[in-house]
Amino acid sequence: MTTFAAWDEKQGAEIIEAHKALQGAALPILHALQAAFGFIPDRAIEMIALALNLSRAEVHGVVTFYHDFRRELPGRHVLKLCRAEACQSMGADQLADTARQALGIDWGGTTADGRVTLEPVFCLGLCACAPAAVIDGKLVGRLTPTLLASTIAEARS
Amino acid sequence: MSMRVFIPMDSAAVAVGADEVAAAVAKQGIPVTRTGSYGLCWLEPLMEVETSEGRFAYGPMTPDDVSGVLEAGTRHKLCIGKIDDHPFMRSQKRLVFARCGRIDPLSLAEYRAYGGLRGLNVAVKIGADATLEAVITSGLRGRGGAGFPTGIKWRTVKEAKGDIKYIVCNADEGDSGTFADRMIMEGDPFAVIEGMIIAGIATGAQRGYIYIRSEYPAAVAVMQQAIARARAEKLLGSNLLGSEYVFDMDVRVGAGAYICGEETSLLESLEGRRGQVRAKPPLPAHHGLFGKPTAVNNVISLVSVPSILADGPETYKSLGVGRSLGTIPIQLAGNIKYAGLYEVPFGMTLGQLVMDVGGGTATGRPVRAVQVGGPLGAYFPQSLLDTPFDYEAFTAKGGLIGHAGIVVFDDTVDMARQARFAMEFCAIESCGKCTPCRIGSVRGVEVIDKIMGGNAVDDHLKLLDDLCSTMKSGSLCALGGFVPFPVMSALQHFPEDFRKRRLAA
Ligand SMILES: Cc1cc2nc3c(=O)[nH]c(=O)nc-3n(C[C@H](O)[C@H](O)[C@H](O)COP(=O)(O)O)c2cc1C
Ligand code: SF4
Ligand code: FES
Repeated sequence: MTTFAAWDEKQGAEIIEAHKALQGAALPILHALQAAFGFIPDRAIEMIALALNLSRAEVHGVVTFYHDFRRELPGRHVLKLCRAEACQSMGADQLADTARQALGIDWGGTTADGRVTLEPVFCLGLCACAPAAVIDGKLVGRLTPTLLASTIAEARS
Repeated sequence: MSMRVFIPMDSAAVAVGADEVAAAVAKQGIPVTRTGSYGLCWLEPLMEVETSEGRFAYGPMTPDDVSGVLEAGTRHKLCIGKIDDHPFMRSQKRLVFARCGRIDPLSLAEYRAYGGLRGLNVAVKIGADATLEAVITSGLRGRGGAGFPTGIKWRTVKEAKGDIKYIVCNADEGDSGTFADRMIMEGDPFAVIEGMIIAGIATGAQRGYIYIRSEYPAAVAVMQQAIARARAEKLLGSNLLGSEYVFDMDVRVGAGAYICGEETSLLESLEGRRGQVRAKPPLPAHHGLFGKPTAVNNVISLVSVPSILADGPETYKSLGVGRSLGTIPIQLAGNIKYAGLYEVPFGMTLGQLVMDVGGGTATGRPVRAVQVGGPLGAYFPQSLLDTPFDYEAFTAKGGLIGHAGIVVFDDTVDMARQARFAMEFCAIESCGKCTPCRIGSVRGVEVIDKIMGGNAVDDHLKLLDDLCSTMKSGSLCALGGFVPFPVMSALQHFPEDFRKRRLAA
């Protein structure tokens, strides 16, 4: 389980300040904010725009371009399943169907109880140990239906 | 001699339990050195025990096997002998991966002891012009996908006017079936740094970035630590290694966009913007990062360079076939028995790689399709397995080598579904700049859905063909432009999968 700090404007401002002198600072700032708070709030977009002398629309455009950046807090557990070809060849599609059914959500969704978010990922570089997943930041290779089922059961309990 | 144990900290090994095995060894009071992976991935977690007769390997290990292995030694059933005697290793020619798996990735002393910095020392001694000349002579072509001659790109950067020049290492490695960049960053990060410094010397660039995809947090951490150590030991910075040269570099992390592996999109991303592809010209070599002359190179291209300088370009170019010279770290992935990293000179056939080296499928079923070169690479049937691993030979068969990932599928694969996925992936990852790619890929998914549903199949096959032609000719970059390869190759080689009338789900 990953826990994030509640959004705090002062802490957010410090993070922006710490990175804003970097060349091309937008991505480093966004990564650092998301690592702290779990997502990128609207207020952070305004603050980044001000700090980097960009328009809010520009920063918003950056945030929405990249799949990594979330606009909402994820569930308490984040399950990322690899959907790419090498994992498909070892049964990733079936695992994905199982997960979506068991959780009752589609890609990018979070269960109603806020416990689990399911995200797709396209290759983790574990293609020689497929199928692969990331469960709360921990890499898992040779994922089996049994392991997936027990992971989901554990996350939901 | 006190016992020493080696266990990889490579992500693939960790993903199948290497940390737990290491903890079990440490619990017995035996020191563990964490290394990179040798790339015998089906044997991960692999463990080596150093004895007076050398390092003996065991795998795949579980924590429960640890005490048995430590007691029984080479008599244990998991013992595979010495790693260099294993047929999978013995038949390779490891230049890029010479040290990976062997050394502590973050020990600069071990890096030197195993041949590291030999190339850089030569470059410092012979100077910029001769270094550039050596890379041109070697015939090295970029390993990121396009196969462009590295030396020629560097010459363009060297000749470009600019107060500041950059070396950008492309570690976005988004292609499914590829993990060579990840393995070398995690297992031998100083080799990446050495390659970048030599690129800096050859081009006159003093500043570098390595752009690593966010899906590789372990590689990011190892590279950051290696850079800090290299700075502390004056391998990076001004007067590096006591020479007149200056070079320093930093890590930047991507954010989950496949298109950011395309070099101009990568530069946009490094500048802090949306990763939208730039039209070329101007070339990045003239007008690259922040408008300055920039060499963008793949990780493996850069790590190929030190051995070219250390052993001479003639030695390097004596390996390989045709215009595909030197060695290529091939990644055997997906449904293949002996999955892993296999570095050899160009020229082996796809069949030798998949069947002889790879042992066929992991499931034991017949091989039906092989995709080489990632999501934009063609699907080859059995009948094309005689294609030699060579840029031109693959092009001639409608395929591409790309970053040299091979993904094997058994006879349960549905090729219409694979074609659909290729379009879906393009729709998800399109940067949005051109209509044929942005809209065409969405249309492509719809059309394939109709075909899979048995709905006016002939008309929709014709439509799919037209759509692919439009995408090929009307796309700015190879995402929209090459996605027709997997789609059309599936259709061409496996037409039966598009003709089965399906029942509605
Ligand atoms: C859609 C797309 C994705 C790409 N992804 C990568 C990548 O992940 N890594 C890489 O090195 N090159 C990638 N490339 C190729 C780069 O644009 C560029 O050719 C390469 O980084 C140049 O380095 P090289 O000459 O050393 O190969 C990609 C190209 C396209 C069109
Ligand atoms: S082909 Fe697709 S990814 Fe490439 S520039 Fe056009 S829209 Fe962007
Ligand atoms: S395709 Fe799943 S890890 Fe590479």
